[in-house]
Amino acid sequence: MAHTNSSASIVIRTRGLSKVYGAGGTELRALSDVNLEIRSGQLTLLMGPSGSGKTTLLSILGCILRASSGNLELLGEEITALPESALPRLRRDLIGFVFQGFNLFPALSAVENVGLALDLRGATPKAARRRAEELLMEVGLKDRMHAFPTDLSGGQKQRVAIARALAGDPPIVLADEPTAALDSTSGRTVIELLQRLAHQHARAVVMVTHDPRVLSYGDRILHLEDGRLVHEELPGPGFPLSASFAAPAASHFSEIVSGEV
Amino acid sequence: MALLARRNLFHDRIRFAVTLTGIVFALVLIIIQFGLFLGFTTTTSNNIDHSNADLWIVFRGVGYFDTSRMFSERKYYEVLATPGVQQAEKYIQNFANWKKPDGGVENIQIIGFHPGSGLGEPWNIVQGDLMDVKQEDGVIVDELYKEKLGVAKLGDRVEIGDHRARVVGFTRGIRSFTTSPFVYTSFKNSLDYTRPEAKEDQLAYILVQATPGISATELKNNLKTRLSDVDIYTREEFSRRTRFYWMFTTGAGLAVLTAALMGLVVGIAVVAQTIYAATMDHIREYGTLKAMGATNGYLYRVIIEQAVWSAVLGYALAMLIAHFVVQASEKGGAVILMPPSVAVGMLFLAVVMCIAAALVSINKVTRIDPAMVFRG
Repeated sequence: MAHTNSSASIVIRTRGLSKVYGAGGTELRALSDVNLEIRSGQLTLLMGPSGSGKTTLLSILGCILRASSGNLELLGEEITALPESALPRLRRDLIGFVFQGFNLFPALSAVENVGLALDLRGATPKAARRRAEELLMEVGLKDRMHAFPTDLSGGQKQRVAIARALAGDPPIVLADEPTAALDSTSGRTVIELLQRLAHQHARAVVMVTHDPRVLSYGDRILHLEDGRLVHEELPGPGFPLSASFAAPAASHFSEIVSGEV
Repeated sequence: MALLARRNLFHDRIRFAVTLTGIVFALVLIIIQFGLFLGFTTTTSNNIDHSNADLWIVFRGVGYFDTSRMFSERKYYEVLATPGVQQAEKYIQNFANWKKPDGGVENIQIIGFHPGSGLGEPWNIVQGDLMDVKQEDGVIVDELYKEKLGVAKLGDRVEIGDHRARVVGFTRGIRSFTTSPFVYTSFKNSLDYTRPEAKEDQLAYILVQATPGISATELKNNLKTRLSDVDIYTREEFSRRTRFYWMFTTGAGLAVLTAALMGLVVGIAVVAQTIYAATMDHIREYGTLKAMGATNGYLYRVIIEQAVWSAVLGYALAMLIAHFVVQASEKGGAVILMPPSVAVGMLFLAVVMCIAAALVSINKVTRIDPAMVFRG
């Protein structure tokens, strides 16, 4: 069911956001005039066919990519005009990333992976380890703290990645198809975790997805096509869902990863 | 940060072994080629560097050690009479034939000096007595050339230029870079061996020691005003000229020099390729770090720490291998030298090469490609 909170503040705002790759004859317009407001406490799903500009939009919202034109505000701060050198601080302080491929460091254990995100923020090794352990307990990995990524299932890896994304206690979490490489059970665990981050911890969670089974968890669904925001849905009671985690056999989840959660 | 650097390096042991092998190979190659170069240059001027003479006086136009022209003994007395000369000794270097006990013949370089003078004497004598060359047929050779010269022990008899000779001493580590070993004997004997028809008033070099308090340059200038038809060099000048001659005007020298330079170039290329590949192996991880908010400085520190670890460990292994190679070379014809300054310099070179190679690859990390971090 959609979670609505009229008092939730606007955390992300874009105005006329556009992104063009290349120039002249090779010019490719990835985003066109995207106007968007994302509030805290909501899980926003970003959907659309391949090449519709979802990842480009996520990259711009995450201050990884610069827009060609338009404005971006994060927590009321205008980002567009900031110099490149200011962006790492924004990514550290405001944003947590969850990647489709987990992007864990294979040479580090689960607790060290999370601790690294705290090390980036200047935490002492002892404080980083303590906080990393707390975060891993929060995502249900108390018993797998010292396991290396190769010894973790897909779902466990993604939960480590979520714990890592939360290390800086960011108000914004950006997730790029976090369930795509997971089996049905793991996928449900991860989407429920992301939903909980939004609803219980008042974070703005933006998630790019192709997966119809996560639709029921979203508070808003934004549809992108050819770089334009074409449609917005607010799922509620009676929202027409084409699939759900209750029917994993119909999904591509189980074909990708069959690891345990 | 330090943890990530170390773990990235050591976690994949096979990858680490490959990296280390590349660095060790490169460093050993550079050490050996440069050591051969040093060995060659040092060998060409060995007799000058160990002569203990402040000045070398040679016939005009003789620019390096291994060629010599005889001049009158009168010059020697003029030198002795020059203020500021504490000691002067006659010295000769010339080629001769060495007839082995089994009848074979070898070409040798006779060095004639005044035993007990302290000037131009052989050094590092490990068997026999220097003063025994005063005997009519006494010669000293290096133990490296025992087999080549057909001698095995003190007292072995041979012939040099149809004159009898007897081995009265062995040195260790005095090589000739030509195929003709050095054979040391008294100045008097050397005239018999090299110039049987010559008068005793002919010599090839005068070695001079200055009176304490007078510099070699000052004495050189004094002598120049008194002597004609000779060139006067300080020991360092004559040594440098000799090394320069053999290094830059002969095929052998250029070959050694080219090999040393090639060793350096190939070594640097191998290290660069090895470190570059090792860094690029983790490129996606660095992109992720950047996305997580790592500054370029943070990334630089991680990658540089990895490079320094690789350099130091590679250096340690390379030095171990090089140590054995250098030791083995001491018994061979071509010595490989690795003085402490070179050993320390190699560490510096290794660290600089590894950091530079890592920094080349880091450029790719400092600009994040969203496709690199977002797609699995």
